[in-house]
Amino acid sequence: MMRFLVPLVLFAVLGGFLYVGLKLNPREVPSPFINKAAPDFKLSQLQDFQATFSPKDNLGKVWMLNVWASWCVACRQEHPLLVQMSKRGDLAIFGLNYKDRPDDAKQWLTQFGNPYVFSLADFDGRVGIDYGVYGVPETFVIDKQGVIRHKVIGPVTPTILSECLTPLTQLLGKDEAVESPEMKKVLKKCA
Amino acid sequence: MRVKHLISGAALFAALAMVVLPGFAKEAAPLATDPVLEKRVDAVSSELRCLVCQNQTIADSHAELAIDLKNQVRDMLRSGNTNEEVVNYMVDRYGDFVRYKPPMKPTTYFLWFGPALLVLIGLSVLFITLRKRRQRVMDAAPLTAEDTKKIDDLLRAGKQEAKS
Repeated sequence: MMRFLVPLVLFAVLGGFLYVGLKLNPREVPSPFINKAAPDFKLSQLQDFQATFSPKDNLGKVWMLNVWASWCVACRQEHPLLVQMSKRGDLAIFGLNYKDRPDDAKQWLTQFGNPYVFSLADFDGRVGIDYGVYGVPETFVIDKQGVIRHKVIGPVTPTILSECLTPLTQLLGKDEAVESPEMKKVLKKCA
Repeated sequence: MRVKHLISGAALFAALAMVVLPGFAKEAAPLATDPVLEKRVDAVSSELRCLVCQNQTIADSHAELAIDLKNQVRDMLRSGNTNEEVVNYMVDRYGDFVRYKPPMKPTTYFLWFGPALLVLIGLSVLFITLRKRRQRVMDAAPLTAEDTKKIDDLLRAGKQEAKS
């Protein structure tokens, strides 16, 4: 009896590990920033170099920081969704134009539409490093207290938008506590 | 006499200057080529994973992000941060995953002690199996009193032979 049971159990355990491994995405590195204050910075705006912006300016509102670049193909994929979202007008999207050339970036916005309140010029990628950006696009959801609540790695899809970003930002807008059951349910969908 | 002294003094100064000045020039060279600093940059960046090409360190990788991160490492070391501080800075931003040497903490205990645990399990299985097998051989052909006597005699004889 034991003779068959032991290999069977071992096989089941190994199979279980491999099955879980099959569904993990190694590209998705959990961000250590979740539930931490958004790192501070001061950058010029892409369309107006004289004007600067710092995350502190957005204290008191829920906003998204979308990291994008004109050379980034996946950004093109999510862009129509962002434009659509900005037209709805219930959430402020700020762009972080990452390692780009100003002319290319501006042309891109003219061509595909500009969903951003404004974009920030991070041409040397320093702010990107500070935010742990390693693949563009990335989207941070930041609450009224300036705390990062969620990070989408890769392009925003309609599913992510409807099941995660929209309900999450609505709850954050209503000052829903992070530990509340409703919030937990949404965050689970986000993960 | 005095003039001669002066001339030889000037010559000496010039000679000294020639010896000393290149030394000065070397010290003023851009810090990027400072071999000590570069060695530290190498040491730190070969401990950090490149997140774009995940099986390479940022020292090996030529991905743009890796180059940026290496520059960041260099800048931080140059401005007086310790190696550890730089690694911690990266971990704060990219998580434990950037470290090629995983830290020792409850979630990584299995990683650190798993192999030793497996060796222990293997050894104990081996030991138990061997003991069981010996027991089986002894059970299959139990020794009679006669056999035992014969063995004892032979052993004794052998010992005496060895002595003489």
